[in-house]
Amino acid sequence: MNFGPHLFLAVLEGTVSAFVLAVTALGLSLVFGVMRVVNVAHGVFFMLGAVLAWWSASIVGGQPLLGFGLAMIVAPLVVGAVAVAADWLILRRVNYNPESTIVATIGLLYIIEQMVLILYGPDARPVPAPVYFRVSFPWFGYSGYKLVVIAASAVLLLGTWYGMSKTKLGLYMRATQQDSQMAQAFGVPVRRIYATAFALGAMLAAMAGVLIVPVQQAHYLMGMDPLLLSFIVVIIGGLGSLRGTIIAAFIVGMSDGIISVFFSPTLAKILATLLVAMVLVIRPGGLFGEEEP
Amino acid sequence: MTKRKNENSEAETNKSGMAITRRAALTGTLAGVGALAGAALIGGGTGPLIKSARAHTGGSADRPIKLGFQVHRTGIGAAYGRWYERTTVAAVKLINSMGGIAGRPIELVIEDDGTDPKRGAEVVEKLATKHNVEFIFGTLFSHVVIGSAPRAGELKIPYFVVSEGYHVASGMLNRYVFQPGITDVRSQITAISSWVLGNLGKNVAMIYPDYAFGYNHRDYFSAAAKAQGGKISVLLPIPPTETSYTKYFARIPSDTEVIYHVMVGPGVLTFVKEMGEHFGSKRPKIFGFLDSLEAVDMASPGLEYLEGTHFWEGMPRYAGGIDTPHERFYRQAVGVNDAGASIQNPKDVSTYSHMFGCWETLFFIKDAVEQSGYQDRSPKDVARLIETSEGFQWLNEGIAHPQGAKKFDGRLHQCFGPQFISKVENAKLRVVHRTSIEDGLYAPEANYTKQSL
Amino acid sequence: MRRHGAAKIIVLHLGVIGLLFLAQFFLPAYHQSNAIRIMVLATYAVGYNVLMGYTGLLSLGHAMFFAAGLYGAGLTIYYLDFTPLQGVGFGILSACALSFVFGLLALRARGIAFLIVTMMFAQALFLTTLYFNEITLGDQGFVLSEKLRTMTIGGAVVKFSDPVVKYNFALMVFSACLLLTLVLARSPVGRVLVAIRENEARTRMLGYDTERYKLLSLVISGTISGVSGAAYALLFAYIGSTFATIQYSIFPLLWVLLGGVGTTLGPLVGTALMFYLIDISSDYTSSYLLVVGAVLLVLVLWFPKGILGTLRERWLSWLP
Repeated sequence: MNFGPHLFLAVLEGTVSAFVLAVTALGLSLVFGVMRVVNVAHGVFFMLGAVLAWWSASIVGGQPLLGFGLAMIVAPLVVGAVAVAADWLILRRVNYNPESTIVATIGLLYIIEQMVLILYGPDARPVPAPVYFRVSFPWFGYSGYKLVVIAASAVLLLGTWYGMSKTKLGLYMRATQQDSQMAQAFGVPVRRIYATAFALGAMLAAMAGVLIVPVQQAHYLMGMDPLLLSFIVVIIGGLGSLRGTIIAAFIVGMSDGIISVFFSPTLAKILATLLVAMVLVIRPGGLFGEEEP
Repeated sequence: MTKRKNENSEAETNKSGMAITRRAALTGTLAGVGALAGAALIGGGTGPLIKSARAHTGGSADRPIKLGFQVHRTGIGAAYGRWYERTTVAAVKLINSMGGIAGRPIELVIEDDGTDPKRGAEVVEKLATKHNVEFIFGTLFSHVVIGSAPRAGELKIPYFVVSEGYHVASGMLNRYVFQPGITDVRSQITAISSWVLGNLGKNVAMIYPDYAFGYNHRDYFSAAAKAQGGKISVLLPIPPTETSYTKYFARIPSDTEVIYHVMVGPGVLTFVKEMGEHFGSKRPKIFGFLDSLEAVDMASPGLEYLEGTHFWEGMPRYAGGIDTPHERFYRQAVGVNDAGASIQNPKDVSTYSHMFGCWETLFFIKDAVEQSGYQDRSPKDVARLIETSEGFQWLNEGIAHPQGAKKFDGRLHQCFGPQFISKVENAKLRVVHRTSIEDGLYAPEANYTKQSL
Repeated sequence: MRRHGAAKIIVLHLGVIGLLFLAQFFLPAYHQSNAIRIMVLATYAVGYNVLMGYTGLLSLGHAMFFAAGLYGAGLTIYYLDFTPLQGVGFGILSACALSFVFGLLALRARGIAFLIVTMMFAQALFLTTLYFNEITLGDQGFVLSEKLRTMTIGGAVVKFSDPVVKYNFALMVFSACLLLTLVLARSPVGRVLVAIRENEARTRMLGYDTERYKLLSLVISGTISGVSGAAYALLFAYIGSTFATIQYSIFPLLWVLLGGVGTTLGPLVGTALMFYLIDISSDYTSSYLLVVGAVLLVLVLWFPKGILGTLRERWLSWLP
């Protein structure tokens, strides 16, 4: 294929992964921003969303659109409930200590992964796309559903932005993020806001999982990659900065596709990983974040 | 190949080693099983099997023979492991109903290794020193085999792997490691290469995983193509963490005639779907190794694009691919229906191209024990068992070897059987070509018999 | 840290080492081979503990140091005909160099950012072992044959595949690293490290160059992890990229947490307990990672100080 179409394809692919990544990483960023903890189990919430999408699809049988709709309701609800339970049973008890939370969420990651293995099995299972059409460009064809993914992710991002900036809940969250003690003094129910933020973060990951599963497949180990990528995005974007997270998702999503046009993909991944590490070393607050966290 | 240093390597071994002599064809045969097979078949293949005459090791008749089964119940190999376990249990049941091994019933000790090489080595130790099993068998994933094999060698316990990797025959491991139940990947590639180049096209783009298993494909298929006047248009290694493939298809030159794909991993359905979206109807011919579609229903949404493409199969998933009573008997014994899925749950598709290796390995062990007069894990008996196994030359088709007759090379500790090429028709696999054993032979690079025991 | 406990402490540590030495004459074969593995892996945990336990820096990337030792030893023995001990030496040097360079860069980041930098570097090293698969054989890995693990020391042929040699080599490696951390913990340097853990800003105000102490701690920690990796390559004969994955960064964290953060013997207790927990639980469930997950949760929720940490808090305040 010629260079032009090849680059066009890379940009197209990059856009899709950027949008899905933005939704996933936004969840992680929300949790970090409001609660100041790193949720290592974020990837399994993504995976749970994908697995629940498979489950929804197999319940309604041959109607992909219905299954998708059901998954979009069920997955966030179930995963949100798991997150609230985790917050209540674990995070609250360790008092949101950053280190303890990391260890606890690693434990949670193993437990959820193994439970899914036991209940759902080791297979990678496909989920039919709710709408399917092939877009023909002069040089190659492309999945129409991937364009739907872009649109749906954009809606989710806008919704989150609206929620954070225009609603009372969003106000509470931002207040907690800036100074949780002060917020508490002003009557913000900080504990409940923590639980809500943790649940919302998990729900975003779950919905990203539902969106991506017709493109990939549901597999119990699928959470690791989005977790690492989300980490990268949240770091580059600045720990806790939502706007930065979205910008970074695009940088990372696009560059992964475009770098791999020029380099061998494994080398591209090494370079990208080291680049991110160096960003943190040079600007520990991230590119768009506060200078010192 | 890599510049791997290998003191076992016997590159200078005379090329005549490739020629097959059928002279000693019976050495590796199961005399008893042949008769039993007949008995079983007369009874419709399901009836109770007649107990075979107790073998010559009279006194030990009731002492069970403990076999350690190292299985991937969790981790990335779990989908395979589940079927390896079912096949093994079925084979053990059959062998026990036939009177066991040398009159001793098999007692299976199963340990999960999490598809992890560190845990694999620990499991080998545990089976050998805690459970005191006689042999260990069943390991599948290459890195687990390679991580575990040194321990088996040090503990001097025979270790029968069912991995299809080239690690045994390459001489990388040690004298205690055998692969008698499944053909190694180098031989598989060698066997199918001339059919692919002759029938599908000579200008081939190769897509393979960016790790050792993929390199075997890259190296040996490229070599075969070069030897047969073909050309590799592009090599596309895919990193193991990849989830999206569209960008790789963009690199395939437009004059490519054949896409050769080996994508072991959960991403395969995405791979196929994106391939379809990318090429549409103007596609090259497509040939793949079924490894990645093991345990996956050919009628899965997203696999429609494979219609009309070809696959390597280790053993035909759909009934009729091998039209023998032994195959039907085996299929029923392991609980698989005509479409290659579980009889109880037709959605549960088997790993039919590989799992026969467990079955055949168990019969190989039975044969080796009975012919060597092996009694226990004393150095003398173990040595006799290994030397006897190394003397085997032919494994005859039958209930013990339902996938087909195999040549066994004692120097390489590796068997060589037929391979199958199937075409996808109506979301099913139909065998279009069966390779001969000779197609898959290559100049041996190792000789384990020169290592001390 | 109190002086009057000195004799007790020395007796305790030498006693543990002595017991481990004697154990080889009594343990059945199975537990003997487990003990070898536990001693090698406990060395890894000892290294991890220097950074996490005594300096208070949490890392999720120690697999890179373990892997540096593993590959440093494995590759030189395999390709360059190094003797086993030369190979181990080179492995240790590799880990030492890596931890120094890594420390210079990564210690600029703090808190969570440091944690994530460790993870990123480890991931990059893991991908590097895959990228150079022509040499490393990547994910599949390679094996050190018995011949490569044999050498003559002072006229005697030493086979590192022999269980007796293995056991005593593992014991030597573990004891050396254990005693090193004991000396470190009781030295003035060790006290500065603990001070950094408790309050870095105040330590800096007292005039200590905390950055240099942190770098020193990271280099010691990384080097000991590398010792463990090199010993693992030599004794268990397999080198593969699995050991560079994030899972192998989580393991020492788990062992140290279980045994007791910031206790000298905690890593050994934690590694041994976790080993047998997995081993025994695998008789009942195949999902041993489920057990790992549950143990992590129980520890964080109820025993944040681990076994020896809890003992020290309640009864044995002299425990180092």
